[in-house]
This record gives sequence, C-alpha cells and structure tokens, in this order.
Amino acid sequence: MIEFTDVTKEYGQKKAVNNISFKINKGEIIGLLGPNGAGKSTTMNILTGYIAPTYGTVTVNGYSMINEPQKARKAIGYLPENPPLYMEMTVIDYLKFVYDIKGCTEPKDTHIDEIMKLVKIKDVEKRLIKNLSKGYKQRIGLAGAMIGNPEILILDEPTVGLDPQQITEIRDIIKKLGRERTVIVSSHILSEISEICQRIIIINKGQIIANSSIANIKQNIAQAQDNTVVAEFIGDREQIVFMLKNIEGVEKIKISKNGQYTLIITEDIREKLFHECVKNNITILTMYIKQLTLEEIFLQLTTNERNETNV
Amino acid sequence: MFKILNREFNAYFTSPVGYIFLGFTLILSGWFFSSMNLFYQSADMYGFFSNLQIIFIFLVPLLTMRLIAEDRRTKVDQLLLTSPLSITEIVLGKFLAAFSLFLVAMAVMCFYPLIINIYGKVNFEVFISMLIGFVLLGAALISVGLFISSLTESQITSAIVSFVIMLVFWLSEWLASVIGVKFISKAILWFSVIYRYKEFTIGVLDFSTLIFYISFTALFLFFTIQSIDNKRWN
Repeated sequence: MIEFTDVTKEYGQKKAVNNISFKINKGEIIGLLGPNGAGKSTTMNILTGYIAPTYGTVTVNGYSMINEPQKARKAIGYLPENPPLYMEMTVIDYLKFVYDIKGCTEPKDTHIDEIMKLVKIKDVEKRLIKNLSKGYKQRIGLAGAMIGNPEILILDEPTVGLDPQQITEIRDIIKKLGRERTVIVSSHILSEISEICQRIIIINKGQIIANSSIANIKQNIAQAQDNTVVAEFIGDREQIVFMLKNIEGVEKIKISKNGQYTLIITEDIREKLFHECVKNNITILTMYIKQLTLEEIFLQLTTNERNETNV
Repeated sequence: MFKILNREFNAYFTSPVGYIFLGFTLILSGWFFSSMNLFYQSADMYGFFSNLQIIFIFLVPLLTMRLIAEDRRTKVDQLLLTSPLSITEIVLGKFLAAFSLFLVAMAVMCFYPLIINIYGKVNFEVFISMLIGFVLLGAALISVGLFISSLTESQITSAIVSFVIMLVFWLSEWLASVIGVKFISKAILWFSVIYRYKEFTIGVLDFSTLIFYISFTALFLFFTIQSIDNKRWN
C-alpha cells in the first residue's frame, strides 16, 4: 500500500531523513516513534506529498507521490502536528471546504455529520474555530483528515498539548479508525504508540533504528540484555573492580555516576558474585539481571550518550 | 479551483481587508470623480483613472499580501498541498479571488460615465478602452503581488515588497529618463505595466498590448506556481 524507498531529505548540509525505507500494508496501524527532531514530521510530510524527497521514491497504492501526486494523495487523510485550520471559519464551513477540495463523492451533509458525531464536535459546528479550545481544534483537524473516508490516515503527534481526558478520547477515536483503515501515528511517547499500534518504526537522527512489532523489539532487546547484571556495593571502588575482574564470566564492567555497576556477562555469575563479596567483606546492596521497560528500550535505541564509564 | 476562489473571496469579508479595499476604492474614486469630472464639468476620465492607479499601488498589495504568505505562516498550506488539488488550481483560485474583488470595485466605476452622460457626452469607446486597460493592469499587479506573497511567510514583508515593485513600475517613465541609456530605458518602459497603460487612455486597443498584459500576468502566475513547487523540493 505504501512504499518508502531509499528516501533522503536534505536541508542544506543537514539530512533530516537519511536513506530510509519501509513498507506499510493495508489495514496496519503503524507507530512512527522517535525523539523530537528525529525526522518523524519530515517523513510524514514526504509521505503526504507536502514536501518532496531529495532522493528516493514514495508510492501510495502504486502511484508515485512525485509523478502522480494527485492520484496518490486521494488515498490519504493527513493531520499535521499543528492542525491546518482556517481560524476565521466556522467548524461546519471548514469541513465543507475540506470536503470540496478533496472532491469527495459521499453525500455531503450526511458524511460530514457522521464524522462530526464520531469526533464529538457536533456541538460546536456553528462556532468560529478561533474561539475553540486546543482539544476541539485537534478534533476538527482529525475530522478534516477523515473526510472522504481516505484509505490511509496519517496523524502527526495527534495528542500533543492535550489534557489527559482529551488524550484518552483521541486515542479511542484512533483505535476505532484503525479497525477499517491503515493508520500511521507519530509520537515521541512510546506508551502511547504501544497502546494503539501493531508495529512500530523507530526513527532517530533521520534513520530507522527499529521496524518491528512491539513484542519483537522488546524480545530482541531483552535477549541482548540477558547478559547484563546490575549491582550496587558498599566498599572500596578499586577493591570491588579488582574482585569483579577476577570473577569468571564477567566480560565488561561499566560504572555509572551514581555508583551502579553494570556487568556484561557470559554466564550467570550471581551466585559467584555473592560468595566473592562475602569473602572480600564487601556489602552487596542490589543485584539483578536487567529487564528493560518499553521506555528504557526506546531510550536505549535513541540515546547514544550514557553517563557510564567503562573499566 | 472555484472552491479556493470561493473561500478566499469570502475570507476578504471575514477580515477587514475586503472592506478596507472596497471602502477606500469607493471613497477615493468618488472624490476623484467629484473633484475632476463633476467640479470641472469634464467628461474626460483620463485624470480619474491616472489617479486611481496611484491608489491601487497601495491597495493591491493589501489584497494580495496574505494570500499565500499567511497560509504558509499558519501551515494551512499543508491542507491545500496535501489535497488532490494541483498547485496550479490553488494559485489560480487565489488569483481569481483577488481579481474578483478588484472587478467588484471596477464594476462601480462603470456608473461614473453614466452619471456624466446625464449632463454631457461621454466618449464611451475611450472609456471602455481605459476600463479594459485598467482591468488588465489590475490583473498584472495582482499577479505580481501574489508572486511576492509566495516568497515569504510575512504579510507585512509581502505588502512592502509588492508596494516597492509597483512603485518602481509607476516611476518607470522617470527612471527611464534618469538612466539615459537608450537600450535600458526602452527595456524599462517596455516592461512597465503602468507606463504601457497609457496606450489605452487614447482609446487604442492594440492587440500586442493586450497580449503583453495577458502574458505578463500568466508569467507571474507561473512564477508563483514554481515558487511554491520549489519550496517543496528545497
């Protein structure tokens, strides 16, 4: 349905998106995840044809976004990070305008009415958009994206700036929409994406660093992390390091600024470590095999800098 | 295209811009008509249209300043440029919206010769020639303003730059005489939409002048389309 092939977007010397490729199939709900400035919005803007890639190709339903943009865009409903609203229009007039420019074929009044009811903006249909709250504006933007029943919905950070109740409401709407359409949602909050999406694409510094289901990504990282023991001790640092280096199975030792020891191991050393501590009269406060949370996995993938020292 | 035209035309009246444009045009044209035609009992409308030119140098930038710049600043262009509309349709819709408002103002001008005709004799052929010329001049100035609006996100910058360019057109005759180099002076006068309007004031509808105005307008609309498209690529 969507093919993003070797896409690069350069702004002068800076590569906002660097040679990224992915495919999205019909009916999938995809989360585009990454820290602020990672390239998510650029990716979405390229995907919707708002900006053109410097290199690479984007096809939607077999139509090239560069050569046949109008046909490709017909399948897409887009909610950018800041909803593109004409503030001086009323909600109903705005939605009618969106209906018109999209060249929709559905019965106009019924279609717009259904969407307004779904996103709960029917009560403000005659009000000027500029007088409405951020939550309403976001929902109007979402309604605009849904007009014409596009096969693909692209939602860029749809819950940013909303209060917790509004976030829950928008999430519920997206879940509902995902039952019938292909939905691509971007966010920098993993828990949000993990609630809604089947697959996540993690982008950092313009490159894809993971593209799989949440379960798969977690499993892969977890496997890699099975060889990590975290421990805290009371005692002389040099004596502790000397002791750790002499334990068979310890491959690498990292010490964080708060005094936590991360040991890369080739076998389970916990029992040996316990006995060595007793022998060397070192008090052991904590010792566990590291299990990463979803947020830690995300940080692990997207953060290169760590407050750790290799020993 | 007509949906964009419709929205943009209505938008002139949801902000003070449309009212200011029509209000100033009507007040000042009425004043020019009273002071130049009624007061002096003259049926010649050359002076009336000449003064109107100066007013439009100020008013056309007001009409075009927000058309694309404001969309870009508020990111509403994301709605238009990701819709199935082509850039050409968007640009033409916006141009026609401004041009339609300009035509509304021009329509009022048609009443003035009718008033003169009650008391005297108007040369309608010359008046129609001047009116056609003025409409073409308006289209050309709007296309320049629209192009400038596509280059910036600031309405104020768009208005000031458009005004300066139109002022240069208005001063072209003086500039050509100051420069003194025949070839350059000739080129300036050939390119000046305001200088070339003079041909209409003597009642001559020259085919090459008509083509010049239409080509000039089309060229700046083309530049506007290219400017928007280039921003997508850069």
